[in-house]
Amino acid sequence: MSQHMIDRNEGGGEIAVIGALLGVGVLWALTTAARTVDPLMQVHAFIFLAAFVLGGIALGAQVYSGTDANRSDYQFGVVKAGVIATMFWGIAGFLVGVLIASQLAFPNLLYFDNLPWTNFGRLRPLHTSAVIFAFGGNALMATSFYVVQRTSRTRLAGGMWPWFVFWGYQLFIVIAATGYLMGVTQSKEYAEPEWYTDIWLTIVWVSYLLVFLGTIWKRKEPHIYVANWFYLAFIITVAMLHIVNNLAVPVSLTDTKSYSLFSGVQDALTQWWYGHNAVGFFLTAGFLGIMYYFIPKRAERPIYSYRLSIVHFWSLIFIYIWAGPHHLHYTALPEWAQTLGMTFSIMLWMPSWGGMINGLMTLSGAWDKLRTDPVLRMMVVSVAFYGMSTFEGPLMAIRSVNSLSHYTDWTIGHVHSGALGWVGYISFGAVYCLVPWLWNRRGLYSKALVEWHFWISTLGILLYITSMWVSGVMQGLMWRAYNSFGFLEYSFVETVEAMHPYYMIRALGGAMFLTGALIMVYNLWRTARGDVCEKELTPQHTGEDAGVPGGVAAPARMGA
Amino acid sequence: MLNKHAILEKHGWLLSVAILVTVSIGGIVEIAPLFYLESTIEKVEGMRPYSPLELAGRNVYVREGCYLCHSQQIRPLRDEVERYGHYSLAAESMYDHPFQWGSKRTGPDLARVGGKYSDAWHVQHLIDPRSVVPESVMPPYGFLVKNTINLDRLELDLKANRAVGVPYTDEMIEKAASDASVQTDPFSADYDAFLARYPKAQIRDFDGNVDAITEMDALIAYLQVLGTMVDFEKYQPEENYR
Repeated sequence: MSQHMIDRNEGGGEIAVIGALLGVGVLWALTTAARTVDPLMQVHAFIFLAAFVLGGIALGAQVYSGTDANRSDYQFGVVKAGVIATMFWGIAGFLVGVLIASQLAFPNLLYFDNLPWTNFGRLRPLHTSAVIFAFGGNALMATSFYVVQRTSRTRLAGGMWPWFVFWGYQLFIVIAATGYLMGVTQSKEYAEPEWYTDIWLTIVWVSYLLVFLGTIWKRKEPHIYVANWFYLAFIITVAMLHIVNNLAVPVSLTDTKSYSLFSGVQDALTQWWYGHNAVGFFLTAGFLGIMYYFIPKRAERPIYSYRLSIVHFWSLIFIYIWAGPHHLHYTALPEWAQTLGMTFSIMLWMPSWGGMINGLMTLSGAWDKLRTDPVLRMMVVSVAFYGMSTFEGPLMAIRSVNSLSHYTDWTIGHVHSGALGWVGYISFGAVYCLVPWLWNRRGLYSKALVEWHFWISTLGILLYITSMWVSGVMQGLMWRAYNSFGFLEYSFVETVEAMHPYYMIRALGGAMFLTGALIMVYNLWRTARGDVCEKELTPQHTGEDAGVPGGVAAPARMGA
Repeated sequence: MLNKHAILEKHGWLLSVAILVTVSIGGIVEIAPLFYLESTIEKVEGMRPYSPLELAGRNVYVREGCYLCHSQQIRPLRDEVERYGHYSLAAESMYDHPFQWGSKRTGPDLARVGGKYSDAWHVQHLIDPRSVVPESVMPPYGFLVKNTINLDRLELDLKANRAVGVPYTDEMIEKAASDASVQTDPFSADYDAFLARYPKAQIRDFDGNVDAITEMDALIAYLQVLGTMVDFEKYQPEENYR
């Protein structure tokens, strides 16, 4: 009861604060739109303005409708929205990926002389940001909001703030994406958005941290669950990386363009300190949070080792942050920094595999479920991909290996074994779990469709990473090949030509991954509608036993 | 010791602080020294800030995301030095905000592309890459010849660069707009004064269209200066070992 009262009190103040924030936003957007001479800034100011006004209207509607009644319930509305956004941006991001992969395979097919926004250079950040920050980011926000409530046994803190975080983040995505297409970019890899977009993300991100921490503070469990350590480390560290790496001086307060505070070698290491830990904390720690909740839940087994969780958590977050310089081997970065980066990258293998072992061994006593539950299989294969790419990573961080792999497609293949295999599959697994839970369905519409998704996507990933291994190693070897006279054997463009077949295979692999995701969207949509595939109807669906998540649908027809 | 971990698991703020401290250490140890160790950036002769036109060209390079396919960092490996030229020095990107070293070579490295091809080749290649390199997978950039540079805004670009540490003088900032047009006009009266401000800058109409100063002019001016500033006849690598 008292908890209920606190939540209600908190409710009044928070709407005023969000309202004030939106009001300031409207003023800023209006003055900027009026004063700027930069047409791109004007477009963005109007998008901001529209979003702030819509936000204000939504907030007003909330005040009038006064639906405060169920305040002590779990806040699952924002999680549902997050799941939808995850799949929406996922499809968008995969689609752009297939598009730009096709551009490299068939440059004349997408040849538009006067449409700069269709060029690879503008679309590639759109792809990377859409999959990392839009798809991955929404998956992390949605699952973290779900997990922190469940494991703290309390409603999300902050009343309307979680909604502010959700919509604020979508606004960030829209501003960043439209900016890339128009040519608004800092051209710092994975940190392309310009200064004002960065400031907006900082506001949203700090709100995210406070909502998450606030929920932990009012938890009804004595301990903070291990998944939440990882989510917390992800949120805190990404805030630190984002703020430092994006320090810049804008040309003027009404211009999109800014100049990075750092230059040359210092900028390079700051960027890769950020860039590698976008991998380490966004794409690893956050998704380990997903693993630590959803795999035990789905397998109905406790986490393999609590002690291993502690050891691998602290060693992972301590060591990861040092690994950035391995992106700069043999460059003008001083050698002591390169050596430090290489050393810590190799050390990183151990905590990474600690996490993999903890995830895989959680299946102890439940291995048979891999045969019957394609969702669990997807998550386990995800952890296997995690193990593989965190073995490959330290290998590629060794200076002599890196001299071959750097600048080639090997890096792209490595990233995608992590991104498609690990990040993609663990997110798909979590979403397959969440949709029936959130929409109160007994199970998914069709388990057979999950099987189709799994096998098509897995084949796609294998085509992708093997073609990139071959093309990367081949190109690296061709660059350094000498003929018997002691001259370079190949001109650069001969190595470009040699990659053509592999670029086609890669595009095919990506298209298969996209196909799998489309099947998933259909399956989820039917699940949310409450449909059950007729061929898979079993007594369970008509009978009384609702069972537990995961143990519901029919035996797999396609089999593993 | 693992029992003590329960304290962190029961206090959200303590856990947060512990995380923040843990993840701060690596960055502080690796990055901070780069700002004060004098050996980080080699001592060279010839490095100067970009001329306003070169800077505008660099901004086109940044805007179009060229770094996604072209590196600007030659490694000290035999094949790279033979293919591209002297390995890149830290000093060569000391005025680059942001750095554009890149991480992928779908196309060749551009750190020393300056002077390797004619302006006309660049124009043709940027308009239709496959007309000069049939195997190329590069997108077309013909629209650059239509976009003119807004000369009046260059002053602001130079000012912002000075704010982040590039040694532009008051004179350079004041003359930013006129310097950009001087660089495309070999017959201008300000020729010598411009060269005094930006030694060895190349002065000519880069895109073959004397009527306008376009983004094509700017981008080619930038490409043609890449990797040409440092005087390697005077560079002593032994003195800069680190």
